[in-house]
Amino acid sequence: MDKLVKSIQEAVKLSGLKDGMTISFHHHLRNGDFVLNMVMEQIAGLGIRDLNVNASSLFDAHMPILEHIKNGVVTGISADYIAAGVGRAISQGIMQKPVQFRTHGGRPSDIALGRTPIDVAFIAAPTADPMGNCSGKYGKSACGSLGYAFADAMYAKKVVVITDNLVAYPLQDFSISEDYVDYVVTVDAIGDPKGIVSGTTQITRDPVGLVMAAHAARVIEASGLLKDGFSFQTGAGGASLAAAKFLKDIMLEKKIQGSFGMGGITGYMVEMLQAGCFRNLMDVQCFDLKAVESIRTDPRHLEISAMQYASPSSRSAAVDSLDVVILGATQIDTDFNVNVHTDSNGYIMGGSGGHSDTAAGAKLSMIIAPMFRARLPIVTDKVTCVSTPGKDIDVLVTQGGIAVNPKNQELQQRLMAAGLPVVDIRELKEKTERITGTPKTLAKGDRVVAEVIDRYGQLQDSIYNVPTK
Amino acid sequence: MRRSMLFLPGNNPNMLINGNCLGADAIIFDLEDAVSPAEKDAARILVRNTLRYMDFGGCERIVRINSIDTPYWKKDLSTILPWKPDMILLPKTGAAADAQAVDAYLTELEQQLGMEPNTVALMPLIETAMGVENAFSIATAAKRVRALFLGAEDLTTDLQCKRTKESKEIFYARTRLVMAARAAGVEVYDTPFIDINDDIGIREDAAFAKDLGFSGKVSISPRHVEVINEVFSPTQSEIDYAYEVLDAIALAKKQGKGAISLRGKMIDAPIVTRAQQTISMAMALGLGREEA
Repeated sequence: MDKLVKSIQEAVKLSGLKDGMTISFHHHLRNGDFVLNMVMEQIAGLGIRDLNVNASSLFDAHMPILEHIKNGVVTGISADYIAAGVGRAISQGIMQKPVQFRTHGGRPSDIALGRTPIDVAFIAAPTADPMGNCSGKYGKSACGSLGYAFADAMYAKKVVVITDNLVAYPLQDFSISEDYVDYVVTVDAIGDPKGIVSGTTQITRDPVGLVMAAHAARVIEASGLLKDGFSFQTGAGGASLAAAKFLKDIMLEKKIQGSFGMGGITGYMVEMLQAGCFRNLMDVQCFDLKAVESIRTDPRHLEISAMQYASPSSRSAAVDSLDVVILGATQIDTDFNVNVHTDSNGYIMGGSGGHSDTAAGAKLSMIIAPMFRARLPIVTDKVTCVSTPGKDIDVLVTQGGIAVNPKNQELQQRLMAAGLPVVDIRELKEKTERITGTPKTLAKGDRVVAEVIDRYGQLQDSIYNVPTK
Repeated sequence: MRRSMLFLPGNNPNMLINGNCLGADAIIFDLEDAVSPAEKDAARILVRNTLRYMDFGGCERIVRINSIDTPYWKKDLSTILPWKPDMILLPKTGAAADAQAVDAYLTELEQQLGMEPNTVALMPLIETAMGVENAFSIATAAKRVRALFLGAEDLTTDLQCKRTKESKEIFYARTRLVMAARAAGVEVYDTPFIDINDDIGIREDAAFAKDLGFSGKVSISPRHVEVINEVFSPTQSEIDYAYEVLDAIALAKKQGKGAISLRGKMIDAPIVTRAQQTISMAMALGLGREEA
């Protein structure tokens, strides 16, 4: 049996792709990805139209998709995250059919349950063998974990692996195995390494960020969750990473060994593993070179699929064993609903990713955000879009105080007993607005451009077009 | 209580509005060295508006005006005084007359604004050889002088010596200032530690300043604030000992004893005074006994 085909075009033809079908992509190559654009170009060249693209995320490297939308090649999009460039066009109404946003757990769940069937999955693989065993850990385009691609490989009707590093059969340390793969294509380059992972992820030096980070670490310390077996996830943002640094200092001083660190993994989480703060890392996605190096060489650094990470329909998911998660927000309202989908003008510039999944699973879900960015307050009466419902958020940490969701009275009492600056979220809003003024309410368009589907597959909120002035 | 005082550039709105979140006991809004001549006006207005609109809670608000040999200092004072800064930091104070000139103008402004005399305190910044030599007369130059502050960067330029991390070159100035300030009954604050990335160095430098008798230390970096606060706060064992001293004194009084000893040492008046100072600081920091 020979799975090797000579070009992407041949693989598309062999896959039986037809008008109206659904194709899928993962986003492990992030802003360095070439594969989505290469595949779409071939598909368009073959005259196939009316496709639904199910991508775990779309970055601005994928801006050429806008032409395929205009030409009718792409008529539907489902993604967990859409960066600002593509997002702006969607907010301006480029799609006739609303985009469907899912979460990193909801996407594989809906794929596995047959709610969003995939006809052909195109899997960018930094290393593969001729039968399709593939990995993200090796090769010039190494990205580390291939966590988001597992569900696509397992459930798509046809699976095409696209690699720029074909090795002899069998690839020893594979992530996705040959039994799921139909075709293998080699290309010169699947991506630009500079855009795939960053060199190093830096901890913020911004004094306000450091104040928030120090508060965040103290909240975790005071929560009662920081003890042997502790599990933790944080983002790659400056203040979140600084919080991890403060947390590491506390864990080392108190000789606490956690069970696992999880998430998109940065070099800083690797340092925590190496320092003995955790027994393991559970990695659905690597953010930087140090994380890629670690997942390749350190057996304690485990690759997990998005299903194991966060799917609500898996028999169990790691988010449900998570003690603490630190998350960001572009807006949070006085009911603790969080927006990470749209910017202050209502344009799409993000998405939930694992935000709602980890918030739902973790025992303590913390939002860390400044009281205001530029001149706009973060706390508002009502968020433009509910990305993560307030019932899943426990606490908001800002430089001007810590607001605890009233549903978590125990946490509030613990933080007050620890002498932390606890404030009511409404007071925080008023305090901020005394500095910034009260922003005008956004004018909302009359057409839904995106639907936010919660992790359980239900419609949670709708995003409207931004009216042109 | 001013364990830490943090300089913020008067022309940086983002830092100014976040000033009260950075953990310092006092913020010094800088209109002098941090602000270029072209931006003096803008900074003055920004600092005025910050004083006017921002709630700094328990954080003291100090403004470093320009020195009296510049054309700016009077405008600095007349612009900001209506919004009642807690204290004015006067750079390059070389003699009592410098402090008195500012005192006279402040008195005039306070009268115009209907404020009580001496509402706004004055802290001369001693950063010249002349200033060090005149420290006591400066500290006693006016009623509103409540503290001295040593500025080592300009001082070492004036001394024509190198400014080093070890700071041996300012040892005399440090001890001279502490002596002068304590003799005058005012507080005294140590110069900033310049290497913002040296976490060990700042701790050692602050601890040394505390050992010399400084009341607190000024910082140019928010990153140093926490360490300075920690160093200048009483430790739990110091607080415990202070309570032991006061308890022993109370017991001795009750029993009608004159001289008493604790842990094999005689307790005399200075030890009691120090214990009282420790406890009053512990109370201010919320570290004291609840019933005390």
